[in-house]
Amino acid sequence: MKLTLRVWRQRHADAEGHMSTYEVDGISPDMSFLEMLDTLNEELILKGEEPVAFDHDCREGICGACSLVINGDAHGPERTTTCQLHMRSFADGDTIDVEPWRAAAFPVVKDLVVDRSAFDRIIQAGGYISVPTGSAPEAHATPVPKPDADSAFEHAECIGCGACVAACPNGSAMLFTSAKVNHLNVLPQGAPERETRVLDMVAQMDSEGFGGCTLTGECATACPKGIPLPSIAAMNKEWLRATRKVRR
Amino acid sequence: MGLFGPSVSGMALATRTDRRPSLPRAVWDSTVGKKTVMAVSGLIMLLYLVAHMIGNLKIFFGPDDFNHYAHWLRTLGGPVMRWEWTLWVIRVVLVAAVVAHAVSAYQLSRRDLKARPSKYVHKKPRASYATRTMRWGGIILGLFIVWHILDLTTGTAHPGGFQHLHPYQNVIDTFSTWYGNVVYLTAVVALGLHVRHGFWSAAQTLGVGSAARDRALKTCANGLALLLTAGFVSVPVGVMTGVVS
Amino acid sequence: MNSYAEYTTGEPVADAKAPGGPIHERWDTRRFEAKLVNPANRRKHTVIVVGTGLAGGSAGATLAEQGYHVVQFCYQDSPRRAHSIAAQGGINAAKNYRNDGDSVHRLFYDTVKGGDFRARESNVHRLAQISVEIIDQCVAQGVPFAREYGGLLDTRSFGGVQVSRTFYARGQTGQQLLLGAYQALSRQIAAGNVEMHPRTEMLDLIVVDGRARGIVARDLVTGKVDTYFADAVVLASGGYGNVFYLSTNAMNSNATAVWRAHRRGAWFGNPCFTQIHPTCIPRTGDHQSKLTLMSESLRNDGRIWVPKAKGDTRPPGEIPEGERDYYLERIYPSFGNLVPRDIASRAAKNVCDEGRGVGPGGQGVYLDFADAIARMGRKAVEAKYGNLFDMYQRITDEDPYEVPMRIYPAVHYTMGGLWVDYDLQTTVPGLFAIGEANFSDHGANRLGASALMQGLADGYFVLPATINDYLARNPHHEEVGAGHPVVREAVAQTEDRLARLLAVDGDRTPDSFHRELGELMWEFCGMARTDSGLRKALERIPQIREEFWRRVKVPGTGEELNQSLEKANRVVDYLELAELMCLDALHRAESCGGHFREESQTPDGEAARKDEEFSYAAAWEFTGTGTAPVLHKEDLVFEYVHPTQRSYA
Repeated sequence: MKLTLRVWRQRHADAEGHMSTYEVDGISPDMSFLEMLDTLNEELILKGEEPVAFDHDCREGICGACSLVINGDAHGPERTTTCQLHMRSFADGDTIDVEPWRAAAFPVVKDLVVDRSAFDRIIQAGGYISVPTGSAPEAHATPVPKPDADSAFEHAECIGCGACVAACPNGSAMLFTSAKVNHLNVLPQGAPERETRVLDMVAQMDSEGFGGCTLTGECATACPKGIPLPSIAAMNKEWLRATRKVRR
Repeated sequence: MGLFGPSVSGMALATRTDRRPSLPRAVWDSTVGKKTVMAVSGLIMLLYLVAHMIGNLKIFFGPDDFNHYAHWLRTLGGPVMRWEWTLWVIRVVLVAAVVAHAVSAYQLSRRDLKARPSKYVHKKPRASYATRTMRWGGIILGLFIVWHILDLTTGTAHPGGFQHLHPYQNVIDTFSTWYGNVVYLTAVVALGLHVRHGFWSAAQTLGVGSAARDRALKTCANGLALLLTAGFVSVPVGVMTGVVS
Repeated sequence: MNSYAEYTTGEPVADAKAPGGPIHERWDTRRFEAKLVNPANRRKHTVIVVGTGLAGGSAGATLAEQGYHVVQFCYQDSPRRAHSIAAQGGINAAKNYRNDGDSVHRLFYDTVKGGDFRARESNVHRLAQISVEIIDQCVAQGVPFAREYGGLLDTRSFGGVQVSRTFYARGQTGQQLLLGAYQALSRQIAAGNVEMHPRTEMLDLIVVDGRARGIVARDLVTGKVDTYFADAVVLASGGYGNVFYLSTNAMNSNATAVWRAHRRGAWFGNPCFTQIHPTCIPRTGDHQSKLTLMSESLRNDGRIWVPKAKGDTRPPGEIPEGERDYYLERIYPSFGNLVPRDIASRAAKNVCDEGRGVGPGGQGVYLDFADAIARMGRKAVEAKYGNLFDMYQRITDEDPYEVPMRIYPAVHYTMGGLWVDYDLQTTVPGLFAIGEANFSDHGANRLGASALMQGLADGYFVLPATINDYLARNPHHEEVGAGHPVVREAVAQTEDRLARLLAVDGDRTPDSFHRELGELMWEFCGMARTDSGLRKALERIPQIREEFWRRVKVPGTGEELNQSLEKANRVVDYLELAELMCLDALHRAESCGGHFREESQTPDGEAARKDEEFSYAAAWEFTGTGTAPVLHKEDLVFEYVHPTQRSYA
């Protein structure tokens, strides 16, 4: 396959960025999208040009590092992570636009690399259960109904890639935040901190400069792990409950 | 179990702040809270619109029925409430709802635009028509409400002679002008779209939405939107076709 | 032959920390004998933790909970992305919830035996004891393990054992456990007890007066090389499987932290012990950047086969039952498809070497679910393995519900690592190594679902107890700062190395060297090793290294995010570590676990151990790049599990 790539290049956070055009040839349909970029980068290095910087690590679709907007879609045309997107999803001769996640809360670091530390701070605000090592009761002391365990798992699958924010026209992090809130709040182990968790995480989300939710559903469509849109409604419910119940 | 659990109590463990803002403060300062304000105010307006629309249909029973209905509205709640008292209560509630809805929407929209300062070079059409037209639709509806009050409540901008407590004639006057029809029909279409996404969205904001209920909610939203549109449209259509004259 | 292979044998090394007495009392004894640090004094101690995987994340959180000031590093943009996240199958624990005869002693026994008697009994027993507490801890953290309808935890059996002791969260157990540790760590970051440095890579260890006192690290965004100081340094930087270029490790997983520590005096234990995982998706071409594992749990229900005839190119569906060779079931009737990883991998290699491999290049075997689907129904198979099947289909564009999967072995885990004593302390006082970074508890082969167990055992329970002893016994260090001559030298060396990489301006990419090295290692130090092959590799590696420093091309500068520079710097260390791996493999003229020397096999082709000669852990001391290292032997004493030739037939 022969492809034309238009890639966002930006030297550093404060630099002006622009789309640069590159031609790549000899692309196999079995390559992953990132392997296609590897090919481009190897050529660029040999030409003495700077390779395109992009985040990637596990290349198995689980670490959440990869983060490219491909032809306007977060993670590209398939519902998966960029690393699991294969070139067979494109046709010979295609022109492909590659851009970084765009959101005020995710500033560009370089080229296609963005800073997603805002997500870490949302988790730090309350996305945990306070259980110091060694203080845990026997695992079978509290049975968890299977539907609750399954629901917790479904939300816990979030890989923190940020595709939801990238896809949202408002740059909102509601789907990410709701995934963690729902994962922990549905479990009996998470109950003691149920109210403070949702209030603090939402407050942190707001203070990071993410936009609000207008329920366009773009986030859930882009989510490679299929975190469902109703997660947001469930978190809203938790939030409303918490504002009433929390001890002031 | 806990064979050597750390004996350091508390020292490094307290991580949360204990002081929390008051309820109204907490609500107004949060995006989720502001959305709640929008949802609640929106639902109040929606409730009013349903009543308003049903009341409008009385126009098809002739001038006496319709004008009598307008008169009755002012006596609502009597004898406890005096002339127009209830109506004023409703008006105050509605104005509060409109202001809360608009201010929240304005603040949230500004925030949303700031959260996505640079656009993608590769643009793609997104989301449903209703979702995308919420902001413009809201502005259209806001302007319409001003005109609508000046036209048929105060009569300030009414074509022809405005007659207090004779709404039947006033309505016919308005819909006898081309611009009256255009403005009204545009607003009603905007309303339909706005309600279609807004009702479903409010349900999500208030935490009623779930995967199981999603279809029911969407059907309900579509039904409401259709009902309101059809009901409101029927009046100018009635005037235009001469059914109401 | 170069002089590197002419290593010398130094003083034997012994683990001085494990107490004597009955094995099940040793951990209690050690914890009692270990000195404690007064809680009020803990905040005065700084501990550096490098890495945020299961071991590092859990250690950082736990040390901070205990009151220490933790300074933690990861090269990823967030501590949540460490490669532990990719572990699929599960985590072992001797809970015996199934009442199927499991016990701490059985887990201990299975692990020692599975490791082919090349692990330390005391350590393994402790691991089995702690396994039980790990599950409690993780459940309390909200890790959504699979549950039964009664609300209790579900378990499954996993490669190489006959009890059902593996706890799991669909095919994403590593992810869920890591997120649990990450959340605990996040809580401590918020509390100000952990100072987290993401996108920061350790490039050297600072050793002052024989003690580990800090690290040199590079901010990957600004390129700034900085120093950080502490009372103790914990390396939790993972394994070195990426020496092979193609492995199931994350692209950026690297050996720099452990190798730099090795160069500073930490001995390297059993570097040649590499685990080749039997169930990976075969490579599709030269563009392949990494390999993807399919969880071993698939072997519970899938059946592995190849055509009986050589060069049979018919599609699998057209090969009748009678012409298929379910070779694992044939050779190992009692364990069948569930034999340990090393055995399954080698068997796959053997059938492919015979010319009976399937798929492109004949480098693959079938993993067939047709029987499972017929027996359990498609729905049940989907519930159990759905996400794995989806992943397979995404990568290969083949539907495993219809066509058997194709799998082939790939480098997956390194049992070797920095040599540590019972306290997990390396030979550099104050330097600890936990998780896959140490040479650990798995001997010559790790059992499935034991990596997660070991990482969390080290991080949550072992290190936080043993590091107290070190800190309590070494209370008042002199202050070390950036102006200290040792520190200045370490920084200068690091900056010099980076500057040299940028200055070569040659005509080959860092990746091309990495690929060349990887292919060499796979061929000569992979699934089967020979004396002559290893000698060939030992001859070739210094040549590649020399060529690297002459021809590598790294564009850009050192004062910015420069992924080529990061890569090149990691390759520098692979090029040295690979040499040690080959030497270790050469010197160990026996087969054991994942280390298969063709010269040492039973008549029917099984690995033949030579206990009288090699019943020791090899700890290598660094003497200089390319110069012969010194071997220190730690004799392994087996008091509880009598070494036998492993038999899974």
